[in-house]
Amino acid sequence: MEIFDILLSASFWAAVLRIASPLILATMGELICERAGVLNLGIEGIMVFGAFAGWMAVYAGLGLWPGVLVAFAAGAMFGLVHATLTVPFGLSQHVVGLGITLLATSSAYYAYRLALPQVTSPPRITPFQPLEIPVLSDIPFLGPALFSQTPLTYLAFASVAVVALVLFRTPLGLALRAAGENPSAVEAQGLSVTAIRMGAVMVGSGLMAVGGAFLTMSAFDSFFFEMVNGRGWICIALVVFGAWMPGKALLGAVLFAAFDALQIRMQQTPLGAEIPYQVFLMVPYVLSILALVLMSRRAEVPAALMVPYNRGER
Amino acid sequence: MRLEPVADPGLVRLIGLPALALAGMVGVASVLAMLAGANPFAVLGLIVQGAAGSKFAALETLNRATPLIFTGLAVAVAFRAKLWNIGAEAQLYAGALMTVLIGTQLGLPGTLALPLMAGAAILTGGLVLLGPVLLKVRLGVDEVVTTLLFNFIMLLFVSMLLEGPLKDPMGMGWPKSEALPRDARLPRIVDGLRLHWGFGLALISAVLVWVIQVRTTLGYEIRAVGQNPQAARFAGIPVGRVMVKTALLSGGLAAMAGFSEVAGLKGSLTLDLSPGFGYTGIVVAMLALLHPLGVVVSAIFVAGVFVGANSMSRAAEVPTYIADISVATALLFMVLAILLTRFRVVRG
Repeated sequence: MEIFDILLSASFWAAVLRIASPLILATMGELICERAGVLNLGIEGIMVFGAFAGWMAVYAGLGLWPGVLVAFAAGAMFGLVHATLTVPFGLSQHVVGLGITLLATSSAYYAYRLALPQVTSPPRITPFQPLEIPVLSDIPFLGPALFSQTPLTYLAFASVAVVALVLFRTPLGLALRAAGENPSAVEAQGLSVTAIRMGAVMVGSGLMAVGGAFLTMSAFDSFFFEMVNGRGWICIALVVFGAWMPGKALLGAVLFAAFDALQIRMQQTPLGAEIPYQVFLMVPYVLSILALVLMSRRAEVPAALMVPYNRGER
Repeated sequence: MRLEPVADPGLVRLIGLPALALAGMVGVASVLAMLAGANPFAVLGLIVQGAAGSKFAALETLNRATPLIFTGLAVAVAFRAKLWNIGAEAQLYAGALMTVLIGTQLGLPGTLALPLMAGAAILTGGLVLLGPVLLKVRLGVDEVVTTLLFNFIMLLFVSMLLEGPLKDPMGMGWPKSEALPRDARLPRIVDGLRLHWGFGLALISAVLVWVIQVRTTLGYEIRAVGQNPQAARFAGIPVGRVMVKTALLSGGLAAMAGFSEVAGLKGSLTLDLSPGFGYTGIVVAMLALLHPLGVVVSAIFVAGVFVGANSMSRAAEVPTYIADISVATALLFMVLAILLTRFRVVRG
């Protein structure tokens, strides 16, 4: 069976981790926002802007890591706008989030056209190269599959550990989760719900932007319009699928990436050639909807998600 | 800071703040024009001229406003019931698909084909939204994400049909459907003027939606469900059924955008039929405060920005995306301004 040949090849699993990386980063970003009580529908646009900003910074002469920082900072700026409107002003998180997506996407496209008015094909940068981890990368099968990735993939996996640690092992994480579950309890502790939520949205948006930057700085080497292509929306589904837990969300992202990598390879098999390629491209979106349906009954939604907090109001 | 209700907002507040929001949008556009190295006054002038400076420009704006009125109404109807339909794009394509299917495959005479095309489009658009809404009502699946994801699925489905069974054999290899026969197209409102009856249908739809909202039980129920679903259920309103009806109405309206673009303007279906009319419909509906008649005004305004910017960018070295940014900032400024008509910010 061809499918077993595919599943048993190291290059397949290397591709899975590569496809999962931007999803993991952005999913962690969204998870932080939602744990603090804010649904961030700006994610799709913030990923577009992150993809543009990181790539542009490197194209303009910055190093790769400073480029990642630029993407993070740009994402955090859009996060600040989102948070200002949704937290202290308590505006509809749906409307503001979609507005941020429109704003960030069109800003990236506008800036791209300004910076490169007459190019037909976008210029390339030298992206992150695979970093072979000594010793581990020599292990047969696992080495080439897991330990010969680009640094941003390692960063993506590290971000899951950091987010999990901070959320469940630090006072800051406790306060953040409480802001999403029971904000008046946070206020009773003398902490500011507004500050916690705004901080969470800014950091979360920064991570989303780095997720976008993975596309232009690691997976590919230039910026295309519509390259994010709904990945942000998929990440929102992954947060639900992961029941707002970093580890489960990571599992969801890898599982999802495995299906995605599989459909790409299935397209090239004789059987796959018989089926219109659009059917394969639909798979990720259909899977996301299925994941939402499967998890609908079980997930524990943060109690104060999408509920604006107004001090002194009960 | 804290928000404190304003007991009696004066006229200055009610009109001044939204006006300030629009001024903010113009300010942002000016800065963008300067970033592009252009004179902002010249750019703004060119946009206004391109949107309304001639009979041709004004009609172009109204043509562009037509699908936006439909998608804006679709969003307004749904958002009233707190049904977050972000899938107007998919419903639009569903309507367009039914329009070309019936118009090109059945060989009916125009008088029969046109109403059948519209009816089938409305029905299909409603059904496309019904899926996510049933998932929400029955299983509690958030409809924001499902409707969003459906947009991508629908576009791929249309692409599949356009490269397969619906492909125009005379299309020189382009993924494009066969053209509708002449008599299965919406006529122009006035002979010789480039404005088709889709615009008329959009106006009629806006009035109908308004009548439904203020004069019928359904309109009352939609509002009640949107304000407080628990209270509505307690008052004996069948919340699930109201959601389903809202979905059929909203999806049907969005599908009319697809029908009117194909039958009124383009004549055939391509993958670039809609440059995001479904998403822009959200902005249109919010700028209109979800009021169906307001949707007409805001759709014409938003269409004007896009048509004007298009014509401006041909004359000045400013990318057309200035329109998209302006419209997005208008949305954000406007929701904030509307909030501040009812609340004032106090320290502490």
